Amino acid sequence: MNRDACRHAIEAIAWPVASLIAALALFGVFVAFYGASPVEAWRLLFVGAFGDAFSWQNSLQRAAPLMLTALTVAIPARAGLIVIGGEGALVVGGFACAAVPYMFAPPSGWMGTLILLSAAAVAGALWIAMAGALRQYRGVNETISSLLFGYIAIALFKHFVEGPMRDPASLNKPSTLPLAEELRIGDIGPFDVHWGLAWGVALCVLGTLWLTFTSHGFATRVVGGNARTAKLVGLPANALIITACALGGAAAGIAGGIEVAAVHMSANASLIVGLGYAGILVSFVARHEPIAIIPVAILFGGFGAAGSMLQRRLGLPDASIQVLLGIAFVIILASETLRGRLPSLRLSARPAQQPVASAAP
Amino acid sequence: MTPDVLFDVVIGVIGGAVRVGAPFLFVSLGECITEKAGRINLGLEGVLVFSAMAGFAGAYWSGSPWIGVLAAGASGALLALLHGLACSLTRVNDIAMGIAIMLLGAGLAFYLGKPLIQPQAPQIPSIFLGEWSTSPTVRAALSINALFPFGIVLAIVMAWAFANTRWGLVIRMVGDSADAARAQGTSVTAVRVAATVAGGFIAGLGGASLSLYYPGSWNEGLSSGQGLIAVALVIFARWRPLNCLWAALLFGGAGAIGPALQSAGIGGGYYLFAALPYALTLLILVVTCSPARTLKGAPMELGMSR
Repeated sequence: MNRDACRHAIEAIAWPVASLIAALALFGVFVAFYGASPVEAWRLLFVGAFGDAFSWQNSLQRAAPLMLTALTVAIPARAGLIVIGGEGALVVGGFACAAVPYMFAPPSGWMGTLILLSAAAVAGALWIAMAGALRQYRGVNETISSLLFGYIAIALFKHFVEGPMRDPASLNKPSTLPLAEELRIGDIGPFDVHWGLAWGVALCVLGTLWLTFTSHGFATRVVGGNARTAKLVGLPANALIITACALGGAAAGIAGGIEVAAVHMSANASLIVGLGYAGILVSFVARHEPIAIIPVAILFGGFGAAGSMLQRRLGLPDASIQVLLGIAFVIILASETLRGRLPSLRLSARPAQQPVASAAP
Repeated sequence: MTPDVLFDVVIGVIGGAVRVGAPFLFVSLGECITEKAGRINLGLEGVLVFSAMAGFAGAYWSGSPWIGVLAAGASGALLALLHGLACSLTRVNDIAMGIAIMLLGAGLAFYLGKPLIQPQAPQIPSIFLGEWSTSPTVRAALSINALFPFGIVLAIVMAWAFANTRWGLVIRMVGDSADAARAQGTSVTAVRVAATVAGGFIAGLGGASLSLYYPGSWNEGLSSGQGLIAVALVIFARWRPLNCLWAALLFGGAGAIGPALQSAGIGGGYYLFAALPYALTLLILVVTCSPARTLKGAPMELGMSR
């Protein structure tokens, strides 16, 4: 690896890590204002996330949908679009998954599950592809339109789940009819983590392979780097961008499908808990690199898992994790300005990385 | 639908246009001044939620709704200041930062606003325009948020100031050509930060109308994208403050159709009507935007209008 590539690699890790540490520090100040001990909060964050087998399982369980919704941001981002409609794609995906048995009885076993997830993927893909198409053909800002599509998705979801498709047996919490036992997604071996995690990891790995080693992935990155150049060399920018949006949307759709088939067993309001929004942050921290999404999603899944512990032990409001994520997001974006200014790089790569590694608790 | 019911619904929508439209008006005016200076603040959605919480807290603890309104404006300005400063750093993308501010504002509001969910705060008084009528529906529909007339005045003043005052011209210059502004010795960063902060304050008034007038309480579902709709609305309004007023009324009316029908006893499709403003926003974006040319009236420095 030459020095430039090395420098880029180090910076790609160093700044997000440093930003996260800064965010944790600021979060500590916040916690202190609330009258709780910041040191205890930091300890609980990591114990609650990765302290024992139970918390690891909880963290991984939460990381699975985050990986997929992060892909919804990452893949269009590599094609040059900022799409933040993952929440909407997740909701339509979950809805499609629950809706299939209303139309026909899917074969039981893994074939049936695959059909459900395919329906989820197609629904999510169409949802985000609409935002991509509107941007390419009508010049509508995709960030705004994808978020508006998200609100429309939630409204449609509630309309159907609480209206025509409501299971009469679901009294307090309107839900669709529960999925048949054989269609559900189970746990991986003896662990308390469902197969959705494998889907998330596999799609992230595939994402990076596609972007790095296929000509289609390369073309997508060219379009994302400079759309005008891409057009000049004859790349079909519109098709590439809309495909990238569809792929991203499919990931969030699958996330919704998995949440329904593995966790909630039917489509209901529990699906709408902001997984799509959390995925935005995960993708930005991972710098839209699919493979890097895996560890980042596990970290943030862990923070999510620790949230209830902060609530129980320190009496912090349940939104405290949201505050931490918000602070982290702002700092990570602001750290972009420091890129290329890593000190003492010329001497050696090591001194720059060490303080970061030692500062991680 | 009988004529009586129809009348009730129409009156409900007209009254609702003002009631529901107030946050749209303030946020879109705030976004208008921000974008005129050449920067986008998608974070106004977060500003709206955060200032709604702060306004409610201010009114609850001081006992005066007007102190709540000021608190809402100030907290909106504070969050916008963060956006303005962060976006002034090189290579920081204002759209991405706006998303971050959106999430941060909501997170902070939910975190700090936890103790505020139960209590009642003093509300912004109403102005009764329906005194002439004997019908209680009309009287209820035409009692309007006392902040709304202020919003109208603000829209007029802004329109006038952009065209006629030194300040207005400086903001527009910075928004249309940063190079020209620099050549003239104006600090682009300072003007943009100032415009963003002013925009945050104005948007904060929208937050106050949410928590202190309609719906008039604080809860976590208070704003669901109104701030974002308002950002899109500025494009529709072609960056003209007076058009923001009409657009806000239009969207307020669209948002009021569902509740108006419901109070008239027509409950079906409630969620579909709730989705109407979002769909309308998309439709309007599709109709008004075009990939081929820059939008007429768009500040030249704005990334979004391409």
